[in-house]
Amino acid sequence: MTSAGSARGQTVLRVKQLTKVFGLRPERALALLDEGCDKREILARTQCSVAVREVSFEIASGELFVIMGLSGSGKSTVIRLLNRLIEPTRGSVELDGKDIRALRDPELREVRNRRISMVFQHFAIFPHRSVRENVSYGLHVRGLTAERQRDRVDRVLEQVGLRGLEDAYPAELSGGMKQRVGIARALATDAEVMLMDEPFSALDPLTRRDLQDLLVSLYREFGRTIVFVTHDLNEAMRIGERIMIMRDGVLVQLGTSADILSSPSNEYVSKFVADVDRTRVLRARDIMRSDGLLARSSEGSREVLSRLASADAKAVYVIEDRMIVGLVSVEALRSAAEGGASSIADAICGESYTTTSPDTPLIDLCALVRTGGFPLAVVDSDGSFLGTIETVEVLAAIGSNRTER
Amino acid sequence: MASIDLGHYVEAFVLWASHRLSGTFEGVSHLLIALVGAVKWLLSAPPAIVTIVLLSLLALAVRRLALAAFSCAAFFLIDSMGLWAATVETLALVLVSTVVAVVIGLPLGIWCSSSKPVGVALRPVLDFMQTLPAYVYLIPAVFFFGVGLVPAVVATAIFAIPPAVRMTELGIRQVDAEMLEAANAFGAHPWRIMLEVQLPLAMPSIMAGVNQVIMLSLSMVVISGLVGAAGLGSLVVSAVTQLDIAAGFNSGLAVVILAIFLDRITAALGQSSPGGRRKRSIGSRLKSPGTPSK
Repeated sequence: MTSAGSARGQTVLRVKQLTKVFGLRPERALALLDEGCDKREILARTQCSVAVREVSFEIASGELFVIMGLSGSGKSTVIRLLNRLIEPTRGSVELDGKDIRALRDPELREVRNRRISMVFQHFAIFPHRSVRENVSYGLHVRGLTAERQRDRVDRVLEQVGLRGLEDAYPAELSGGMKQRVGIARALATDAEVMLMDEPFSALDPLTRRDLQDLLVSLYREFGRTIVFVTHDLNEAMRIGERIMIMRDGVLVQLGTSADILSSPSNEYVSKFVADVDRTRVLRARDIMRSDGLLARSSEGSREVLSRLASADAKAVYVIEDRMIVGLVSVEALRSAAEGGASSIADAICGESYTTTSPDTPLIDLCALVRTGGFPLAVVDSDGSFLGTIETVEVLAAIGSNRTER
Repeated sequence: MASIDLGHYVEAFVLWASHRLSGTFEGVSHLLIALVGAVKWLLSAPPAIVTIVLLSLLALAVRRLALAAFSCAAFFLIDSMGLWAATVETLALVLVSTVVAVVIGLPLGIWCSSSKPVGVALRPVLDFMQTLPAYVYLIPAVFFFGVGLVPAVVATAIFAIPPAVRMTELGIRQVDAEMLEAANAFGAHPWRIMLEVQLPLAMPSIMAGVNQVIMLSLSMVVISGLVGAAGLGSLVVSAVTQLDIAAGFNSGLAVVILAIFLDRITAALGQSSPGGRRKRSIGSRLKSPGTPSK
């Protein structure tokens, strides 16, 4: 239920050279910045803090974009620059092509009410208002009648699982429930972009997991664009499509979780991802080989055997029209060749093989592969062949950083 | 060392103002006399018993059973000492001074909270108002307003404005910054944020300020008596000048009773405001079968 905005895939937010300097004379800091001084030097010379330094990125409509970094990395500042809760010092933020820095106050309020919503780390729900009144705050500001507010609020409370608690007050709610109210409030305005500033950092691990799942399910169902800030790399990798890693105000790496894991751009990112649980982040599609050894049923057994021998492989998948016909092992091929069979079709004797979907996480692949066994086949939802995974590749993926495939 | 006599200049200013601005001062006088008169009429129109019961019911309305019982008994005591009329006078004076102090102080407090330079500029002025011995600005007050209840109300209000300003500013500044961010993030206008978010959440602090205003007003009661305002203050003054211990004690006790009553009522109002809401059981809320997970 996205409001009028970009179609899926179009750029909805474009950030160019966004910079934020805190201090009394930011112009002096900007001058030093252009000369190439680092954050510490600028602080020493101008007493100004460069919180965000020339960050540029684009977010497509319907994307779940994660901004990640430690404390002081500038991530919380960046997200507030997107709706001008903090005013940028330099650079531009374009929402659907229009620079929000150019907006005057009434227009900015309009954009904040209708096009961008926000969820906060410590929930920020008003203690003197009931759950219903909190959730409908954006609609109340918009001037909607109580009747129309009621419908939307009821629908949204249902989505976050707070049905029955409309008249409760925040003091009666647990942290997880309060954040559900915060999420409901952000959903109620039907904004196309939802900003989330470490929304689950203040919750216990179990509640955090529940709300991450809720977010992912809501996201899949309604396709909103979400900008999610976190300091937890595991969380980022679990839910994010693309991740932007920041350090000391600078963009360090931008890519998918697989990209970051397999090719960290520098020492800092490497150290960062060293602690990630790779088995839950990497999926079959990230480690499969689509260019590996394959055979067609029309081929002769001798040809295939020689290919298998030179590749030192134990078996090969036979593919026809992108569908798997069967798996032939070296032994079966030899006996077929000796038996005089010319094509390998005869050698396909119902050797059992295992298939898996490209979304299967690494941890589940561990159970599927067997040491010394035949490679796994990765197939699409319609059964078409995508690639193979050898056991040894699963083990390698679990281990330390892999080089580019 | 050269001798500088600042007081001389202040005196010159006061004399000038009392002639030049006499029209304004007369207007203020009329207004204050009317206000105090109205409140007094309200409190003394019904017979004493009725008013006493109504005041005790006020204590019940803010859920203070013990206070209701106490005030009923204590006000009857005051009546039996023949001090009811004087107490009503003093109460009217205190209420009007409080209203004046809050009407001036609350907006000033809001202004201070949103503008740092204003807050900084006002601070020494507030210090002055609170620490300069009240007797000192009684003199110009008498010059401007003559003798009677008007200089009393003015002096009392001046003395009582600072806590109203400070507690309002403090209360507003203490509102969680994230909450202000949230209100802004959903497109609320700054005025709307002040009215719907900041003021309601600052209420406990503001009510504490009102409480202090009332207490300070009561502490000015004797000074009010000195400038000719009727009421318990003037009774204390005459008791002192006549060395009448009994009369002095009686009037003093009446002041204490009034102080306790007003203090407890305003404290109770401060606690039951939105910022200090009582918790209710969440179990009573979940009637529908689908209990939400945490």
